Amino acid sequence: MGIGFDASFVFIQLLNGLTNAMFIFLIASGLSIIFGVLRILNFAHGSLYMLGAYMTHQCVSFFINSPGRFWLAVLIAPLTVALLGGVIERTLLRRLYRHEELIQLLFTYALVLILSDFARFLWGVDQLSVSRPPILKGAVEIFGQYFPKYNIFIILLGPCIAFFFWLLMLRTRWGRMIRAAALDRETLGALGVNVDRLFTVVFIIGSWLAALGGALVAPVTTIRPGMDVEIIINAFIVVVIGGMGSFWGTFWGAMIVGPVYAMGILVFPRLSIIFIYVIMILILITRPWGLLGRPLER
Amino acid sequence: MSREDWVFIAIIVIIAVIPLTGSRFYIFLFTDIMIFGLFAVSLNLLIGYTGLVSFGHAAYFGIGCYTCALLIKKASLPFGIAFAATGVFGAASALLIGFFCVRLTKIYFAMLTLAFSQIVWAIVFKWNALTGGDTGIYGIDFPKFIDSKIRYFYFTLAIVTVSLFILRKIVSSPFGRILATIRDNPERTEFIGINVKLFQLIAFIISGFFSAIAGGLFAVFNHSVFPDFAHWPVSAEVLIMTLLGGMYSFFGPMVGAGVLLYLRLESTSYTEYWPFILGTILCIILFFAPGGIVGFIQDRIARWGSSK
Repeated sequence: MGIGFDASFVFIQLLNGLTNAMFIFLIASGLSIIFGVLRILNFAHGSLYMLGAYMTHQCVSFFINSPGRFWLAVLIAPLTVALLGGVIERTLLRRLYRHEELIQLLFTYALVLILSDFARFLWGVDQLSVSRPPILKGAVEIFGQYFPKYNIFIILLGPCIAFFFWLLMLRTRWGRMIRAAALDRETLGALGVNVDRLFTVVFIIGSWLAALGGALVAPVTTIRPGMDVEIIINAFIVVVIGGMGSFWGTFWGAMIVGPVYAMGILVFPRLSIIFIYVIMILILITRPWGLLGRPLER
Repeated sequence: MSREDWVFIAIIVIIAVIPLTGSRFYIFLFTDIMIFGLFAVSLNLLIGYTGLVSFGHAAYFGIGCYTCALLIKKASLPFGIAFAATGVFGAASALLIGFFCVRLTKIYFAMLTLAFSQIVWAIVFKWNALTGGDTGIYGIDFPKFIDSKIRYFYFTLAIVTVSLFILRKIVSSPFGRILATIRDNPERTEFIGINVKLFQLIAFIISGFFSAIAGGLFAVFNHSVFPDFAHWPVSAEVLIMTLLGGMYSFFGPMVGAGVLLYLRLESTSYTEYWPFILGTILCIILFFAPGGIVGFIQDRIARWGSSK
């Protein structure tokens, strides 16, 4: 590839970057909210995303005769994964809170290993796919280039979910508690809030977001073993850039990483991935708490 | 000599007679264990002794692998020079990377080490002309003077013994005491006039040096190197070895490497679900014996002693 791209091609690539940004945002926002409240870096987040995609495939196959099967699957699959997340938090993770960070980190990595084999056991090693819902099949023409309708839907849906979540965080009692817990969970506990239950709820919400990402990505990717560890580092990068625990930080982190990666591939195909790590390093060196985060106490 | 020294000598003697059994399986397994044991012990210099959780140690292991492989295959240098260079390159890259990392603490430190190691991996993975990219580098032969599996076993034993001896001297020296003080309370250590960042950086460089030595040993042992050796799951695996054996004892990580590698080799002949087994073992250790296998045994001995 040389220098002269035509503008419409670049624009389509930008849209591709934005589509990816929305998927990463969904996953990373769950990671970020869990880190913000529980102070745990959840390696298993990619696994929950993968399970979301597999469950979506499972649901679509199960409702094979109903017309809205994709939407039913998007509704049901993330809920099942969120339930699993809740069970993991209640029965296992809970018992490690008093231990060091390293112990918690390695526990979430143990989950990665266990869940990856769990998925391999249930669904095998073949690549699975989910077809796009009929209404979003096909492509639209943009400046003479074709762009899938489904991707446009994702680009529009991402900000809607972000906005909706932001409203929930701002207006509801749970939202206020989550924000308070991110700032100072000891004081919140002293004020009589059931922090134990809050942790469970946050882990369930985070798992749901990861699985929703997995459900929505299912029609545009192949569902296969290994998609868990492929996504998790990208989610870490986004969370670090935006600020661990910061909701909008995660959104803008994803909005930087997605397009930079997509555009980088056009200009320097080999260096694109390195760009992203360099951004992450520069942020950590100059502003470890991220673009929109705040410094951790302690 | 302390009791631990005697255990050290006893273990070396036991390992040294393994090739006499003539079992190719055990020669292979124990060469592997010694190499990864050295890697895990040098990581534990940071984790257990300095309190810094590096999540990017695959970088130094990978740099060791590729330094050795490239100097032998591409630069046609003799093995001795290539092998010596692994330590130098490992230490130099640890200096460069550690300089930035030690400025951060806790989770930020872990994230920055991860980011740097991913850059190392990405360079190795993408720079096809130099590293062969995804296909890696093949055909790294044993050097002339150690031209057999048994000889390489003894070469590894010698290098690992000397390395562990030096590392043990380091952790029990006044320098090592200061590292432990930093681990227990960095703020107070700063107050008594110690340059905490400098000591952390020196520990980081020493750790990078020996991790790269382990990488260099592994490149020749494996006869080939791949980008995967520098990828983050390797960092996770060596962390698991460290924790499995016990991060509060010097030889713990060595034991962890031994147990993990032995179980992996044995289990793969029975089942394809090794990750599940490893995850389960890891959970059991985390929940019931956070001090690892060695910590658990020491605990039992102490209880047995006090109940007598």
